[in-house]
Amino acid sequence: MNGPRKAAANSPVHDGRWTPWIYLAPALTVLAALLVYPVYQLGLISFLEYTQAQVSGGEPTSFQGLGNYTELFADSQFRYVLLTTVVFAAACVTGTLAVGCTLAVLLTRVRALPRLLLMLAALGAWATPAITGSTVWVFLFDADFGPVNRVLGLGDFSWTYGRTSAFALVFLEVVWCSFPLVMVTVYAGIRAVPVEVLEAAALDGASNWRTWRSVTAPMLRPVLLVVTVQSVIWDFKVFTQIYVMTDGGGIAGQNLVLNVYAYQKAFASSQYSLGSAIGVVMLIVLLGVTLVYLRLLRRKGEVL
Amino acid sequence: MTALRPETAGRVRFAKRVRRPWRLAAEASAVVVALVVAFPLYWMVLSAFKPAGEVRSANPVPWTLDPSWDAFRRVFEQQDFGRYFLNSVLVAGTVVTASALIAFLAATAVARFRFRLRTTLLILLLVAQMVPVEALTIPMFFLMRDFGALNSLLSLILPHLAFSLPFAIWMLRGFVKAVPEALEEQARIDGASRARFLWQILFPLVFPGLVATSVFSFISAWNDFLFAKSFIISATENSTLPMALLVFFDTETPDWGGVMAASTVMTVPVLVFFVLVHRRLVSGLGGAVKD
Repeated sequence: MNGPRKAAANSPVHDGRWTPWIYLAPALTVLAALLVYPVYQLGLISFLEYTQAQVSGGEPTSFQGLGNYTELFADSQFRYVLLTTVVFAAACVTGTLAVGCTLAVLLTRVRALPRLLLMLAALGAWATPAITGSTVWVFLFDADFGPVNRVLGLGDFSWTYGRTSAFALVFLEVVWCSFPLVMVTVYAGIRAVPVEVLEAAALDGASNWRTWRSVTAPMLRPVLLVVTVQSVIWDFKVFTQIYVMTDGGGIAGQNLVLNVYAYQKAFASSQYSLGSAIGVVMLIVLLGVTLVYLRLLRRKGEVL
Repeated sequence: MTALRPETAGRVRFAKRVRRPWRLAAEASAVVVALVVAFPLYWMVLSAFKPAGEVRSANPVPWTLDPSWDAFRRVFEQQDFGRYFLNSVLVAGTVVTASALIAFLAATAVARFRFRLRTTLLILLLVAQMVPVEALTIPMFFLMRDFGALNSLLSLILPHLAFSLPFAIWMLRGFVKAVPEALEEQARIDGASRARFLWQILFPLVFPGLVATSVFSFISAWNDFLFAKSFIISATENSTLPMALLVFFDTETPDWGGVMAASTVMTVPVLVFFVLVHRRLVSGLGGAVKD
């Protein structure tokens, strides 16, 4: 048993050319079957007429071409939800980056104990599953029993009733659970700036602000790029928070974002093809973001 | 130049002394921010231990003099909460183990070998990370139905395995790269086969990184309620923890004590996992970010 295996290991076939593919085989199999194929199916369904009748086999599926997309873009609710999603994601990204970067800088200005406290608190927020984070925040802002309304003296103001206040609540939760990644990464980035460089800047008489602008910030640019792209991708496809906190998209769908809208179209009203078409639109937008990111990486001459 | 030096150094020191009140202010704000950030978790645990009357008080106080396990008891007695908990552990555990092993092999391939399509593959792995998982619920539903996996835990394990792989491979690559190649050379000279090097030398060395990476697959599987909601339709005994939590939550008058107790039960395992691996997590993310 040991003999042939050893021989095989030393044979040229096993050495070099095929080995990486053997190592990759399980991963590629899983990804092909459960990621690439579903994405293909998603695209396919978006071109078909696919409702409950087709699922149960009562009616044959029929090819619609771009029919579903035409229907989608003619639908004013879809356009409204698309716009809402973009604005909401932009707000979340801005908020997350602002809080994360500010706190990262703050971390470099304090001694070990306050730094540890802030790190631990952030770690806790980071680790909290989106679903429990959502339930806890709803409870904190609950009209009858939540502490926030008591402290702010808002009486029994319901945060989830109005469109803006519901979005504000979700925004706070999203920033709370996503700023830690930004803070930790940017802090590590600032720490990675060599002390000699900062000393040299100080010796040359550079002000704090000048040092930040001309030394630290340019060295942080790659890190900032990554966390920005990561945040854009996350916040554009936020699902759990909206779904749980606004009970599936708010009163009369006032708090819908694309991801929840697609889910509701497909599973609540059985319009699978429209739901898939929304999924494809999201996929294209996110693909665009990723391509811009890759291009920026390329321009800097980074190798993967 | 040399003559100027002491003076400049003195100015730097002077500047530091001037900044001292600023540092105290910074430290004070860091502590305040830490308290604010930790408050939701504190409130969650506190409310889980408060007796029912205090949770439903119109004037909630940030402490309790009468902690009780009542809310937890209600949660565990409701339906099959214990069973849901086990299901969640089983799903997350399987996803974490399988994804770690598969990702380890794949990461070794992309970190240790040069082959055609390698860069293309890496870019595809990056692109795969941004696929909106929720949008794939629709085709995934049909796939699971055709596969006969609906209503079983397998319908939860398989999708999460696929969705966690791209990031796991991407992050593990850094940990595999960090192992010096000379070690492999040495092992080969000593007569170790590739398989032996892989499992007996490389695997233990990369293991800490593997654990850190696993946090993310664990969280995504542990947190999932969408697949559980969509794929487990009739076999409620195969449901998972988030679904049980939503049962408490989705009523006109939620049992907040129960919701907070269930949330605590769901959050604590992740919190412990996270705190245990956070050092490696940060260095690993640093690696994944830098590359």
